Amino acid sequence: MMTAITLTLLLTLTFVAFSIAFWLYGTNKTRPIIHSLLHPLMTAPLMVAAVLLLANIDYQQYRDANQPLFFLLGTATVALAIPLHQQFHNIRTLAKPLLITLAFGATFAIVSALTTAWLLGATIDTLIAIAPKSVTTPIALGIAEKIGADPSLTAGIVVFTGVVGASCGPVLFRWLRITDDRVKGFVLGICAHGVGTARAFEISGKCGAFSSLGLGLTGALTAIALPWIVISVLK
Amino acid sequence: MLRGLLTLLLFQGIGEAVAQFSGIPIPGPVIGMILLFLALQLRSKGLPFGLGEASHFLIRWLSLMFIPACVGFFFLASIETNQWFAIIGVVVLTTLVTMIATALLMKYVLMKHLLIKQQLKSEVHNQ
Repeated sequence: MMTAITLTLLLTLTFVAFSIAFWLYGTNKTRPIIHSLLHPLMTAPLMVAAVLLLANIDYQQYRDANQPLFFLLGTATVALAIPLHQQFHNIRTLAKPLLITLAFGATFAIVSALTTAWLLGATIDTLIAIAPKSVTTPIALGIAEKIGADPSLTAGIVVFTGVVGASCGPVLFRWLRITDDRVKGFVLGICAHGVGTARAFEISGKCGAFSSLGLGLTGALTAIALPWIVISVLK
Repeated sequence: MLRGLLTLLLFQGIGEAVAQFSGIPIPGPVIGMILLFLALQLRSKGLPFGLGEASHFLIRWLSLMFIPACVGFFFLASIETNQWFAIIGVVVLTTLVTMIATALLMKYVLMKHLLIKQQLKSEVHNQ
């Protein structure tokens, strides 16, 4: 049984790590590539994990203590409806290009991941856990359950995908000379789900709204299509 | 702000209830988001008082709420070492490639979309 002190300390640990990470991120604003790679989602979990390992604390214990943040994540997801509503006039006129991009991006993410994993010698269990990698964690967990993947492995891969996409995305956009916030946002949402969306809102409200849309649509599309694909392929 | 938070919690609760009783594999908060979006679209007036403020606050600190889940990645046990290599390689490589391909495609289809619209406009002008 955890005491109130441990609970408070473990929750505080997240806030302290985030504050340090956020400060680190802010002080490197002038160097865009380092700035992107030092995103709080890259550095803060590293700090927390280091503390937990050094202090020999169970992850489950840390997770239990941070339950309030997991809950708030749900509330924040509901809150994504507001920017979506405010930007809807921009979105409605672009239905066709958005749907083309969505269908391509969501399919490409799965096909490229499965092919590469297979080439690198992944086992069937790993392949199944990798398949829903671009989908927001709760939906991915639902899919994992349906296709028989290890839920903790799927969750880990999904989060890792989000962090890679959110931290490298802005560097890639610079490199590809993409300046349109609609493109940046929608791509971040399709490829890096909620983590990418958090990053997109740092770019602009418009970018964030397009990212929320990409996140929602990819999640829905993959949840419907993937179990069906996996089952027919494995047969 | 307080009334805004209350609205968000209300829709989160409705979303969870719908998810639980319907058996749809979509998470409750996502259903709540869709319902709130529809409600806002149906409303002819502007944003209800405090809702903009509350959502802005939560979205601003979205990264913070992801940290506990991210930490879990360091505590994945029961996977063989050679699988780790495949997993990390695949995620890094394919996420970057997918982003590049998707971004370039979208840039292209957006450009084409605009061109077609402009053409339609000029045709209307000519007639």
